[in-house]
Amino acid sequence: MADIQALQQLTSQVRRDIVRMVHACQSGHPGGSLGCTEFFVALYFEIMKYDKSFNMDGQGEDLFFLSNGHISPVWYSVLARSGYFDIKELSTFRKLNTRLQGHPATHEHLPGVRVASGSLGQGLSVAIGAAATKKLNKDKQLIYVLMGDGEQQEGQVWEAAMFAAHNKIDNLIATIDYNGQQIDGPVDEVLSLMDLKAKWKAFGWEVIECNGNDLEEVIKTLKHAKTLTGKGKPVMNLMRTEMGYGVDFMVGSHKWHGIAPNDEQLALALDQLEETLGDY
Amino acid sequence: MTKYTFTDKKDTRSGFGAGLLELGKNNDQVVALCADLTGSLKMDAFQKEFPDRFFQMGIAEANMMGVAAGMTIGGKIPFTGTFANFSTGRVYDQIRQSIAYSGKNVKICASHAGLTLGEDGATHQILEDVGMMKMLPGMTVIVPCDYNQTKAATLALGNHVGPAYLRFGRPSWPIFTADARPFEIGKADKMIEGKDVTLFANGHMVWQAIEAEAILSEKGISVELINIHTVKPLDTDAVVKSVSKTGCAVTCEEHQKNGGLGDSIAQALSQHFPAPIEMVAVNDSFGESGKPTDLLKKYGLAPEHIVAAVERALSRKKQ
Repeated sequence: MADIQALQQLTSQVRRDIVRMVHACQSGHPGGSLGCTEFFVALYFEIMKYDKSFNMDGQGEDLFFLSNGHISPVWYSVLARSGYFDIKELSTFRKLNTRLQGHPATHEHLPGVRVASGSLGQGLSVAIGAAATKKLNKDKQLIYVLMGDGEQQEGQVWEAAMFAAHNKIDNLIATIDYNGQQIDGPVDEVLSLMDLKAKWKAFGWEVIECNGNDLEEVIKTLKHAKTLTGKGKPVMNLMRTEMGYGVDFMVGSHKWHGIAPNDEQLALALDQLEETLGDY
Repeated sequence: MTKYTFTDKKDTRSGFGAGLLELGKNNDQVVALCADLTGSLKMDAFQKEFPDRFFQMGIAEANMMGVAAGMTIGGKIPFTGTFANFSTGRVYDQIRQSIAYSGKNVKICASHAGLTLGEDGATHQILEDVGMMKMLPGMTVIVPCDYNQTKAATLALGNHVGPAYLRFGRPSWPIFTADARPFEIGKADKMIEGKDVTLFANGHMVWQAIEAEAILSEKGISVELINIHTVKPLDTDAVVKSVSKTGCAVTCEEHQKNGGLGDSIAQALSQHFPAPIEMVAVNDSFGESGKPTDLLKKYGLAPEHIVAAVERALSRKKQ
């Protein structure tokens, strides 16, 4: 395992990147990005095997799909800091002619992205398809996918859930960012998911849970998830997070789902996030 | 007397099934996905021959499109199969984001398109699918005319890279193109040479146009018939070249006027060679239950409607 302290420092830097990116273009989604920082750092710096020189087919590599594409800032930061592209490019986020589109896309050939996402509910299906191809190709590496909890309201998610279990897609580890918030308010008020764990179990998945803002626990959980693969069931990780985690005035509220901080708020946020590896 | 004849009739979907089976034998990257319509899409032979490369998706078309997109990552060439309605309108956003915008090499194969689906009625008789699909950037749209051409188009898609929509149908229909007739995606197929008017047709309407030509020929009208099996990319050169010679055009398709083949031809001609155009297509209407040929008659898609449209085009040309 990598030095946990070094990874902690990385999460602080990634969070700085996130708030600076959304501030610079005055748009984007800081809340979910901040909440999922530990997950992305764990995935790219501890869990997955990948080749940062990037090719679309990714044979012999673990592949990650982001279904809730609006949290692109955290993904772009982690991709850049993993070496997929220069961190300087983060300054182009959401600006004309950028490869860092508001929602992730393959159209501009950004290394690390294998499918467009943003219109919700589609990423799990795509991940299942990639997992099925890995099986046909006798490629032993795994597929990872992240979805939002509000996204569970999309019907396609449950079509995909049924298909994966029926077809024993057991080289797939899905995670839900279970922060309880969506644009219009708490998920329980907008459209309750009721017992989400029971739902995924009933759909035939192996379900595990973790605190997504505890880096060591995320790493431990994802390693455990790997041991559950290859046993005939897809794996679902219900990951409790807090939207806006790491910035005190953003934490826990849906209000920071999709708005950017102003200059003053940026300064306040950056005061709470140590610059550990150098800003882009 | 028609300039093309037939001894056998078959459904175009069977041409797809035969093409898919042959593709499966020639290319082990080809996989097939079907949403609970394996028999209707004639995918059962592929399923039987290549069970590991066949995916039964259940009645879950949105997931099917996403899974197909994902399967391309790692080199597979997925062919999805369901009815045209469920292949397009039901899953438009999945196709748009996960396939078209993402540039995935998925072949969306759609049966039971148009009025000739027949008795099932308007819920299933989609007449808007070509329009929806051709609007998507980078999407290839193919509407073959008979069993042989549907088989040829399916085989051609195996070597084509990029998202594509292949539209075919349910009823038994004349097989009038030769088994070995060349087929090239994006290349119009001139079937009859003429000088007074150009008929542009695709799908089942090519046979209707052949019958109309026989009537027009007896009236002394020289018709050029061009089969535009590929609506997108349109073979603009062939369209312009023909109408430059004949001076007017009639389009024939089993689709809404809005968004279909006629729309594409009109767009091309208005920019490159403005000329009178008449359109034989469904006019902003849903279909209904009935026998295929009765429906074509009721909705203005029978040979006599093509004849009338040609006469209108010719009289406009003289003005």
